[in-house]
Amino acid sequence: MCGASRKKSNIGARCPVWGDWRGDRASFKVKDEHGLQYAGRAMTAVATASSAALSGGIKIRIKNLSKVFDTRNGPFTALDTINLDIPAGCFFMIVGPSGCGKTTLLRILAGLEEHTSGTVEIAAPAMGRPGNSMVFQGDSLFPWMTVWENAAYGLTIRGLPKSQIKDSVGHYLNRAGLSKFHDSYPHQLSGGMRQRVSLARAFANDPDILLMDEPFSALDEQNKVLLQEELLRIWEETRKTVMFITHSVDEAVTLGDRIMVMTAHPGRTKFMIDVPFERPRRVLELRAQPAYGELVYNIWGQLRDEVQAARAQDEGRGK
Amino acid sequence: MTDAVQTTVPSEIRTARPPARIAASMSRSSAERLMNIISPLALIGVWELCARFGFIDVRFFPPPSKIFGVMWTMIQNGLLEKHVWASLQRLFWGILWGGIPALALGVAMGMFRTLRMIVEPIIAATYPIPKSAILPLILLIFGLGESSKVVMVATGVFFPILINSMAGVLEINKIYFDVGRNFGASGFQVFRTVAFPGSLPLIMTGVKLGVGLGLVLIAIAEMVGAKSGLGYMIWNAWEILSVETMYVGLITIAVLGLLFTLILNEIERLIVPWKAGR
Repeated sequence: MCGASRKKSNIGARCPVWGDWRGDRASFKVKDEHGLQYAGRAMTAVATASSAALSGGIKIRIKNLSKVFDTRNGPFTALDTINLDIPAGCFFMIVGPSGCGKTTLLRILAGLEEHTSGTVEIAAPAMGRPGNSMVFQGDSLFPWMTVWENAAYGLTIRGLPKSQIKDSVGHYLNRAGLSKFHDSYPHQLSGGMRQRVSLARAFANDPDILLMDEPFSALDEQNKVLLQEELLRIWEETRKTVMFITHSVDEAVTLGDRIMVMTAHPGRTKFMIDVPFERPRRVLELRAQPAYGELVYNIWGQLRDEVQAARAQDEGRGK
Repeated sequence: MTDAVQTTVPSEIRTARPPARIAASMSRSSAERLMNIISPLALIGVWELCARFGFIDVRFFPPPSKIFGVMWTMIQNGLLEKHVWASLQRLFWGILWGGIPALALGVAMGMFRTLRMIVEPIIAATYPIPKSAILPLILLIFGLGESSKVVMVATGVFFPILINSMAGVLEINKIYFDVGRNFGASGFQVFRTVAFPGSLPLIMTGVKLGVGLGLVLIAIAEMVGAKSGLGYMIWNAWEILSVETMYVGLITIAVLGLLFTLILNEIERLIVPWKAGR
């Protein structure tokens, strides 16, 4: 069933490979950039711990994480032995074919889903700051709230003083070019504007970590580029840790510092790769560089196997 | 961005077409509005003529002119006001006593699966019982006073509001609950910011149905053991064979029903502005 995904990856020499994936689920090793030790800890505990003890500027540490869903057709492994270290301030991208469990991984980090085994450690946020805020795929703005109320949602829930809410929400709506639409309802906005409100809602909440689940996938190409520009611009102000899911290699290379490519079902790490481009980035200028095209080409070469494997599985299931 | 593009492209067509279209739609809507007024008036006119020329039995169908004459007298001597006021008060308390628990329970059932599993079969079993059939039981428990009428209305209002608020919460896209959870909303905050506002459109539908049913039930309840109210007025008119008064009662109930619908539509526009224009 998952023969293709077990195939050893053969990463091209031009690819600056960050992780070293050996094809065996237990032997995924991470280059020890931060002096981390992996051995000597129990890995069976199912816990999402918030700990200040994470050393070396690591924000998120995922160890041997697996997620098995109980379905009518028996257990379904969505995520299989994921190991990850995400340093603070990293714009981390996850790329994978549809159905590889990338959204599940994000939902586990967001606290919306429980994992089956392994550990997730997230560095404790500063006092009074929320751990994470998610930008959801598709329309997630409350239709019954105005643009302002939507963007202020997280802060209102936390019961912050009005003046602080006003400053923060006003700032991010302004940055998102929505200052004239405070009192509009989502159904009065275009899809691109709605997704900008979603971004403003997450940024205004000032979380430690931003989780983004294919936030631009429903947008047309022009809007997508503009929103990527805006996201990068807003992100540059604070440089928060970001975990961003996409199925677009272009988007991953454009936005990310580091890309994890996942296998088709069950979702595993196929390889990781660093994006060498400097910041701040301009989307179109970046895309004009030959190095950009090369990197995208390389990743695509690796991903193609997985997409084909995913397709074969779908056909095998008679979809 | 795309908006700007769209507005510049069809500029030629814009100047030519919309005025004609607006004019056409306006005349159509005003024609429809005119028909709304004309058709009931025409019915009353035909009725009047039939009664005058003896096509229908005036003992059962007195001419409208005579009914409105009686109505006018009842308005002048304050009798109609007294009965309407009595019914409205019972209706108000009944809607309140039935509606608020229904709303709270309905939304809670939508939010909590376990509660839904426990309460739903009870609702499914009691809902189809005709509310008029439990009037004797209610009279037995609450006596002949005001409370039995209020309870009668409350039982009628309860079910449509409960069922609709539950459906309203279940209709809400799961993603909104995820957003609430991700942004750290507590159970009550989820209720206040997601479940309640999200289910308001269907709750309003439930309220409209409930108020309609309340009007039906108040008339029935007042026919037994009441000394005031529109139901009493109609029943009393039967006992003294004053058919016109009976019609006055029926027309008043109809007008009240219409007024309630108009008022509730207006309230709906105010509290569910995000559904406007959809």
